[in-house]
Amino acid sequence: MTAITEPEAATTASGSGDRAARSFRPRYPAWLTAPSFLYYAIFFLGPMAILVAFSLATQKGFGSLSYGFDIAQYRLIFTSFYLDIFARTLLMAGIGTVLTVLVGYPVAYWMARYLTTYKMLALLLIVVPFWTSFLIRTYALKIILDPNGYLAKDLGINILYTKYAIAVGLVYNYLPLFILPVFASLERMDWTLIEAATDLGARPFNAFRQITLRLTLPGVVTGALLVFIPMTGEYIIPNILGGGTYEFVGNVIGDQFNSAQNEPFGSALSIGLMAALSIFVIVYILVATKEERFGA
Amino acid sequence: MPNVAKGRKTARRRFAVTAKHGFTAWAIALFAFLYLPIVVMVIFAFNKPSAVALSSFHGSNMCSLPPDQIGNITVWNGFTACWFSAGLHDPTYIPAIVVSLQIAAGASVIATVLGLCAALALARMKPRLRAPFDSLVYLTLVVPEIVIAVASLIFFVQARNYFHAFPALGKFTILIGQVVFNASVAMLIIRARFVGMGDTLEEAAYDLGSGPLATFRQITLPRLMPAIIAAALLSFTFSFDDYVLPAFTNGTTNTWPIVLFSAVRFGLTPAVNALATIMLAATVLAVTITAIVLRRSRAPGRDATRVLDTALGLR
Repeated sequence: MTAITEPEAATTASGSGDRAARSFRPRYPAWLTAPSFLYYAIFFLGPMAILVAFSLATQKGFGSLSYGFDIAQYRLIFTSFYLDIFARTLLMAGIGTVLTVLVGYPVAYWMARYLTTYKMLALLLIVVPFWTSFLIRTYALKIILDPNGYLAKDLGINILYTKYAIAVGLVYNYLPLFILPVFASLERMDWTLIEAATDLGARPFNAFRQITLRLTLPGVVTGALLVFIPMTGEYIIPNILGGGTYEFVGNVIGDQFNSAQNEPFGSALSIGLMAALSIFVIVYILVATKEERFGA
Repeated sequence: MPNVAKGRKTARRRFAVTAKHGFTAWAIALFAFLYLPIVVMVIFAFNKPSAVALSSFHGSNMCSLPPDQIGNITVWNGFTACWFSAGLHDPTYIPAIVVSLQIAAGASVIATVLGLCAALALARMKPRLRAPFDSLVYLTLVVPEIVIAVASLIFFVQARNYFHAFPALGKFTILIGQVVFNASVAMLIIRARFVGMGDTLEEAAYDLGSGPLATFRQITLPRLMPAIIAAALLSFTFSFDDYVLPAFTNGTTNTWPIVLFSAVRFGLTPAVNALATIMLAATVLAVTITAIVLRRSRAPGRDATRVLDTALGLR
């Protein structure tokens, strides 16, 4: 009884009572963000700040350095040797992304369009590799590509420790990450639009190009960026499948901290890698917000 | 005229059928591509050392052969199951797996708690207030792991230099570094579910006189549970499988991925395949059980895929 009369009392009361009722809305205090904010500030922004400081420091002998504003490390990046490595990394990540899109989109389309009872199973089959170890998957690929294995000996496809093996590894490891968001956007699509278009005489391919592709393009671009970013920063695949013969920027950064002991240069390379990536992210954000403004 | 239209319609239907077959064939090829290496890895967990290696071997257990004397194991040499026992008794692999499990458990719990707290507050915050925190979260996800790894390395070394209470490079520094990424993932997963479930039930609880803590415990928390479990499991998996960050911040501690990586680079025996097979089986079992539970608790189709999306942090 009281539960019914109380809201009535609230509505009969004037503005102040209304506001009191509003303050009862379930809301959690802002200070709950404090622990993770503090954590990020110390253990994420802290390391990033030291990285910047290191990249501008001067190396003095073995393992000691003096902080300052030395841009020599950044100058070194702009020499042809290191620019080549940056270009190669972005190119390989770009090729890997394009291949992933070409291989993965038809499968996401097939799952959303043609599957009913087995949709869940297909999704599960895509997800399982996602939950298994990245290293083990790369190692599994290496067994197949091994020069003493069947692929090399019997079929003559001997590509281990080349850029082709790296490309295969990139596509193999990142396919699930691309297929899932694209599948989600295909699932949300209104398929009756295709029916309407074909009923009105559109050829299936035109209906696909003008409706399906256009409506799922944001999902495709998001999925592509989702795989392009980690591909650019890839460390494991060029190491295991490239055998150190075809290094990415990530490997060169790692070398500076492992064998070369040139931490300032490694830091500068890291900043360079982030700068290169941020260009793509900014373009994506600009395109996405533009779509939001003019689309729909 | 009607005949022409009819002909076009059947042609279109025929095209639709062949298109469907084409897509199905492509998808089957993709699944073969995804699973062939994994299947090969499992099969080769039962592979004998090469005939050449065995001819000069006189011990009792052929699976005690070291990597450099095992010969070519990328072709089939015959069946043996002894690698499983060799793997499970390995003096380097097993301790490394235990360390990885400890780190993953710790990182998962801390990341999920941090993510849950942030998600609760952020979900109903004004977008303008939320924006800085959101960009920080996305930044932790976008920065390449190798960059976070080397930055964390120099940070941890400096922190240890200035504060002697700070842990030396090892288990704890690996955990501290991993929680950054995992807390972001956990926050996004839990927040997606929290936003999706609306606030009507909580409002009802408030109206019926329940306090904030009781409402949280009895209404919000149980309804968030699937997302919290998904976040914790995903954090655990990410942490357990993580190679790059631990490889730089480990000091002298060996985790399973670190041991695995150097084995893959510098020589290994099928004992590695055997251990990987055991873990694969555990993962498949866990994923299958989760899927069955989700399917039982919800209607199949659209809703089930949405739950899976939430589990993967895609929405």
